Amino acid sequence: MTALTNPLTPVADQSATNKSRSLWQEAMRRLIRNRGALTGGIIIILLVLTAIFADIIAPYTFEKQSLLNANAVPTWITRLFPSLKPYAVINEQYPIGADKLGRDLFSRIIYGTRVSLAVAFIGPVISLIIGVIYGSISGFFGGRVDNIMMRVVDVLYAFPGLLFIILLMAFFRTTFAQPDEGTFAYYLGQLDSKFGGLLFIMIGIGLTGWETQARLTRGQVLSVREKEYIEAARSIGATNGRIMFRHILPNILGPLIVLETLSIPGYIYTEAFLSFIGLGVNPPTPSWGSMISDGSRALRSYPNQALFPALALAATMFAFNFLGDGLRDALEPRLRGTQE
Amino acid sequence: MTNYILRRLLYMLVVLFVVAGITFILMHAVPGGPFDREKKLPPEIQANKEKYYHLDDPLYVQFFSYLSRVTIPRITTIAPTLRTDDDYLVNLKMGDYWLKWMNFGPSYASRNRTVNDIFREQLPVSFQLGMIALTIAVVIGMPLGIMSALNHNRWPDYVGMGVAIFGVSVPTIVLGPILIWVFGVLLQWLPPTGWGAKPPFVLGLFPSSLTWDYFKYAVLPAFVLGFGSSAVIARLTRASMLQVIREDYIRTARAKGLREQMVIMRHALKNALIPVVTIVGPLFAGLVTGTFVTELVFGIPGLGKYFVTSISNRDYPVIMGTILLYAVFLVLSNLLVDIIYATLDPRIRYN
Repeated sequence: MTALTNPLTPVADQSATNKSRSLWQEAMRRLIRNRGALTGGIIIILLVLTAIFADIIAPYTFEKQSLLNANAVPTWITRLFPSLKPYAVINEQYPIGADKLGRDLFSRIIYGTRVSLAVAFIGPVISLIIGVIYGSISGFFGGRVDNIMMRVVDVLYAFPGLLFIILLMAFFRTTFAQPDEGTFAYYLGQLDSKFGGLLFIMIGIGLTGWETQARLTRGQVLSVREKEYIEAARSIGATNGRIMFRHILPNILGPLIVLETLSIPGYIYTEAFLSFIGLGVNPPTPSWGSMISDGSRALRSYPNQALFPALALAATMFAFNFLGDGLRDALEPRLRGTQE
Repeated sequence: MTNYILRRLLYMLVVLFVVAGITFILMHAVPGGPFDREKKLPPEIQANKEKYYHLDDPLYVQFFSYLSRVTIPRITTIAPTLRTDDDYLVNLKMGDYWLKWMNFGPSYASRNRTVNDIFREQLPVSFQLGMIALTIAVVIGMPLGIMSALNHNRWPDYVGMGVAIFGVSVPTIVLGPILIWVFGVLLQWLPPTGWGAKPPFVLGLFPSSLTWDYFKYAVLPAFVLGFGSSAVIARLTRASMLQVIREDYIRTARAKGLREQMVIMRHALKNALIPVVTIVGPLFAGLVTGTFVTELVFGIPGLGKYFVTSISNRDYPVIMGTILLYAVFLVLSNLLVDIIYATLDPRIRYN
């Protein structure tokens, strides 16, 4: 927040790197000086490390059951929730308790980062690719093409997104469940079950999330298209593709990245919600959403089972929101304080 | 202006037609039918049931007969009956004739109910939840945004924006269970689930009594739903207020010696709230689909309750009806916002 208004900017620092600072370096510098964004970034790096090294960090696997220890809790949980004391099975081996099948909650939360982060990183890639290609074609060619393409986007805006994604998930789940061996659908279904059901979630999110991106890209392309340097490039005989990729895209990248980062919490939430209502990942793959759903059913007796995955989900969304806000301030200092 | 609204309404019909088409195709693309059970029915019974609901017609016939039943009003001499295929939302008596309009069809899953029954009993609940949540969102969001803007870069600003970022980061499925646990289970101040009003509703939408017995059910879900939107309102109000406060006419107002309170209320706020109106469209959309999530978390008997089960039941009319209803809400609210925006800001002209 304080990057430009901070009067404490060291003068020596400015003169040392006077001219050679590119736009991106400048943005990076502003980003690092933003405490919220920095914290968000560090949390995200930690989450990525957790996801990569889940096998080492987690004391158990996510699917190891021990029915003798169903709903077991360690002592400190009974101190936190005294109502548990009379009936809970005490077992110190589970850091924050076990679920109703005796699976370690902590390990499942650790493995759950994989699902949330996969959605957080692959969802944006899908929607970015579709949205940017669509939006730039629309903006670049303009006229009737633009008109038709934007009407299509308008129609998609009228779709109640969440309901549509639920319908889409039902379609994927049943169509690709048991098709004949050797068909394309079969391999897609196999691939999806390899990913624990994540593939279709990402396709669903990608298919429903690109409209905003397409609109923004189109607007940006329209405004950049008339600039002198595009005219200059065209006058020396650059092809449409070259103008698009070398001259227009790099200049509109900033707002696209900002929008995409700010929409990541939405993607994470969509996956969690789908898993919450049972249309997300396949059990026993752990997702924070399905853990919250299981936990809410035992809310009265074992509040710890819903609380911890809920905190993990909220913390992750916080981190991405902080980073997104910081990125916006860093990449578009003009917009700071003037836009939502 | 009238021309513009008419054109938009026409365009809206096209959009809804496409939404209906895509939903229809997708829903029939899901394998299985409404009468597939674990225990297989004898083929004759299966065929008979499908014939009864006209599921043996070609798909395009089914689609267009559905559309005509929903959109084209009928005029008959037959008074409305209790049959499930004769349930219209609008029944007008004109002399000897009855004008019947909007038949969303029967529900396959529950034999004696129609989609219109679901609309009559569940939609008002969703509507009430959405309205209370919208009120909460505005009541929390606007003062928060104004407070932040007036104390720009001081601690109230940081507090306000902290609350705002909390609002967008803590989703319903996180905040919902936590609040249910604290207020419903631990303190037992509020009922953890359910809704305080039952049909019949006043004017078809509103609860018959507005007592604490009604509101105690609404407090938690409406807060959870409204809180996220209040964050969006707060951020936008703040940004817009910050911009307005630097305008020349504010300086003029101050220079002529107006009290600060007057400057803020009369001059700044009025202009700052115009862009905020634009967000109400997307916000309303968010609330509409948000009610759906909130209803699932809090076990509220609204529209959302039937949607997920209707998909697994292949209850085609319920799926179509619910999606179309939500879509109508979305496009109508967008249109309404554009109109309000044009009347608030005379510089905007549509042609």
